[in-house]
Amino acid sequence: MVFERIRDIISNLLNKDKESITLEASFDSLQVDSLELIQIIIEIEESFNIRIEDEEGLNSVKDVVDYVEKKYLDDEEGNNVRI
Amino acid sequence: MSKAYIAGTGMAVPSRAITNDDLSKIVDTSDEWIRTRTGIKERRISMGENTSDLAYEASKIALEDAGILGSDLDMIIVATITPDCYTPSVSCMLQEKLGAVDASCFDISAACSGFIYGLRVANQFIMSNECKNILVIGAEVLSKFTNWKDRNTCILFGDGAGAVVVKKGEKEGILSVITGASGEKGKYLNCPALPLENPFYKPPTEVLSLVSMDGKEVFKFATGVMVEAIERLLRENNLTIEDIRYIVPHQANLRILNYAANKLKIDVDRFFINLDIYGNTSAASVPMALHELNNKVELKDGDKLILVGFGGGLTWGGALIVWRE
Repeated sequence: MVFERIRDIISNLLNKDKESITLEASFDSLQVDSLELIQIIIEIEESFNIRIEDEEGLNSVKDVVDYVEKKYLDDEEGNNVRI
Repeated sequence: MSKAYIAGTGMAVPSRAITNDDLSKIVDTSDEWIRTRTGIKERRISMGENTSDLAYEASKIALEDAGILGSDLDMIIVATITPDCYTPSVSCMLQEKLGAVDASCFDISAACSGFIYGLRVANQFIMSNECKNILVIGAEVLSKFTNWKDRNTCILFGDGAGAVVVKKGEKEGILSVITGASGEKGKYLNCPALPLENPFYKPPTEVLSLVSMDGKEVFKFATGVMVEAIERLLRENNLTIEDIRYIVPHQANLRILNYAANKLKIDVDRFFINLDIYGNTSAASVPMALHELNNKVELKDGDKLILVGFGGGLTWGGALIVWRE
């Protein structure tokens, strides 16, 4: 599942409990600064082998999960692959 | 094939230190914001010292440390993106000041990786037996083209110079130097030169010779190439990170170093860091850090060090060296 993988990445990078990283959590509420967001993006890009172009709109965990799901499926030309 | 080693180091910075509080009076920022985002507390800013002046002061110290005279030099290589003039080169200006009458002189432009590019060139000229003593300098007065209205970049940069003497020797001191570039990413760290303008052509828009940077893309590039360069140097020399006494990185941002250390699974203390007091001095940062390491820590004959840099171009470089007494 995309959410679980992204939650693990964020929890490892920020040294936070997985439970504190909910789908609805905003990066502000998790006290993620701009450089930490870049690190999260680098880790997600490596993990999912995708490129995230426009970080500006990514304000919450859900934003990132939605982005990755869409991007991943787009990259697979709509094939509903299991992630 | 001959062998090359680093026989002497030197550095020089302007006397004027500018603190984060000083900058908060120029742009909307704060000491807390700058420290937590970059690790920088202060930087030295020129009060009239130009690139060749700082390079000269650093060179004198390096020559004395190596126990040679300017007249012993076969070559002077200055890595800089902020020369005093388009011509003569900073290296030619140094030649005159140092009395290095027999030296070939040229500058190279590889931004923050420039010193490592210069070290690679010097190593080749000594290995091929064409030179015995080469002065390699990284020198910058970045304050000339810093955009003092851009709070995201003006907090980062400082002025300074670092120099090393690369000498032909009995024992191998420079094990390998690697360099590379990603020209397609050049737009992420940019500073235009003089605008293209003449009596017959006027540019459609005004071009200012000021630095601009896409911090996110540079962060991604920097952490990626740093880790790759270090791992490649270790692999190609059959060494592990445990064999390395210190890594001397380009001093761009503490957060980049923390992240790279995390990726390399090492403590960030394995990096020698002085960006807190000098900021990012581009090509000067690696030789300045090497000089301070040489003075603050007792390096022993045989200690292995990795130098690693990344920056405008975008370029990168890494070197594995063995310290020689």
